[in-house]
Amino acid sequence: MRPGPAGRPSNGRRSTGPSSQKRRQALIAWGFCLPFVIVFGIFMVVPLVGSFAMSFTDFTARDIPSPFSVNFTGLEQYGALFSDPRFVKSLGVTAIFVVVGIPVTMAVALGLALALNMSKGKFVSFLRVGFYAPVVTSIVAVAVVWRYILQPEGLLNSALAVVGIDGPNWLNDPSWALPSLIMMAVWRNVGTLMVIFLAGLQAVPEEVQEAAVMDGASPFRRLRSVTLPLLRPTLLLGAILISVGYLQFFEEAFVMTKGGPLDSTLSVAYYTYQQFGFGEYGLASAASYVLFLAIALISLLQFRLLRSKD
Amino acid sequence: MSSTTAVRPATGTPPTTRRPRRRLSGRALSFIILTIGLLVWLVPFAWMALGSVKTQSEILQRPPTWWPENPTGDNFAQWFGPLDFGTFFTNSLVVAVVTVLGNLIFCSMVGYALAKMEFPGKKILFAVVMITLMVPGVVTFVPLFVMVSKLGLVNSYAALILPFITAPLGVFLMRQFMLGIPEALIEAARIDGASELRIFARVVMPLCGPPLATLAILTFLTSWNNFLWPLVSAQTESMYTLPVALSLYSTGQNATNYGLLLAGSVLVITPILALFVVLQRYFIQGIATAGLK
Repeated sequence: MRPGPAGRPSNGRRSTGPSSQKRRQALIAWGFCLPFVIVFGIFMVVPLVGSFAMSFTDFTARDIPSPFSVNFTGLEQYGALFSDPRFVKSLGVTAIFVVVGIPVTMAVALGLALALNMSKGKFVSFLRVGFYAPVVTSIVAVAVVWRYILQPEGLLNSALAVVGIDGPNWLNDPSWALPSLIMMAVWRNVGTLMVIFLAGLQAVPEEVQEAAVMDGASPFRRLRSVTLPLLRPTLLLGAILISVGYLQFFEEAFVMTKGGPLDSTLSVAYYTYQQFGFGEYGLASAASYVLFLAIALISLLQFRLLRSKD
Repeated sequence: MSSTTAVRPATGTPPTTRRPRRRLSGRALSFIILTIGLLVWLVPFAWMALGSVKTQSEILQRPPTWWPENPTGDNFAQWFGPLDFGTFFTNSLVVAVVTVLGNLIFCSMVGYALAKMEFPGKKILFAVVMITLMVPGVVTFVPLFVMVSKLGLVNSYAALILPFITAPLGVFLMRQFMLGIPEALIEAARIDGASELRIFARVVMPLCGPPLATLAILTFLTSWNNFLWPLVSAQTESMYTLPVALSLYSTGQNATNYGLLLAGSVLVITPILALFVVLQRYFIQGIATAGLK
């Protein structure tokens, strides 16, 4: 029995041995899975199902001592959710974060990857490490220094003043708070995409580039007509990967602005967290499932994409 | 390096004299842009480090000074003195190490069963792993908190560790790698009469260095930087992890004590940055594999 190209031991019908042998193997296999199944079942699957169930009830913090007083309310929480202007606002905030954040992150990451791909030698790995460093740092530590940088008379505005620009009060201005968070998210996440794009670029065959050079294509033309089309699957993958992260955008808002000012950085995840804090567990669960649905759709797209690549 | 690129075009077209020079200048340009870009990119780190040794009055000075005028270790002294850095650090480390070990063991066991064994329910188990792979944290957050408090685990290592001691990503990574281990190798051991546990421990695991390293690094990174769950489930100082301690000190009376907060930030990121610099190849590979597979 050979595993197929995808590595799947096809059909799984093992002709050797009687059925007791098969039962024994099944038992052993489940034995291997047992610790995981128990812990993962309790701490992941149960809460996941619980949250789904809660989204159809009026469960609140007051019901914790006596869960049997909870009523089944059908889709009422979902209805309440979409008639809450703050939830609708949070959808908009998340959408802006994703729609603006992704192209900017991708553009910077692609620029870096192209430049890194062009240069070679020891220094490149040093550069790569440098641009990647923000990815590994704690969001709380990052938030502290960014809050300090973005103060009305902080480093950024002092730098802008040098070139004659009167910078805004970044985090306290409703129209600048979200852009500030996007700026920080770009700084923090570019490294991840840069690494993925760099891997994609290195897979572009050298001969194709050389052929384009021979045909007299300018570097810009080569980028537009050769490199980018070949890189498209990688770019799409990067976009999907980062969108799953950006859709969940929460910690930036939590540590920097607490969703404010005037709810201008209230993301869906932050709204969920807030409702949880208010003890509105039913509503919080419904909101989290709306988010889950969006992320699941995007993840499915990713799996489709990966499968079609094979 | 430049010699190889200079040679290669020669196989192509006549104007060999022009092309290498253009390539080199493009390279030089990208080199300059990258270097400037990197300096800008690292400003937050530099600003954090410089600020952490400034006095409170210098921190509040406008316009801000770049180099500290009278460097002071007071901010750090506070963390190591009145604020209990040792406890926070120990908590973070214990949680991260146990979480990593748990993931390595549990996830590779499931990965082995999923990759190399046949059993009823296998498809369902794998489907559950794949579905939970895309669950955002906030979805399980509420019931998880209710459950942990019902179990009386709030404010314990168990609460900090158990929800993360297994992860679907780990199972997925291990299974994908183990699928590539030749069936013949395992069959041979089975024919020799080795038990599955023995095959797993003596044949399969020794081959799994790369995915185990990836998983260990990713898990350590996530655990070290994990913030929201520890914030909710650790309720006394003796249970705070480093990010929780930093975030709680960054509100209330310390909210504007940037020197203290920046020093705390330096303390939070230094261990993980040091680890990153040493193991950067594996970190970057890890993210690339986790993302691409």
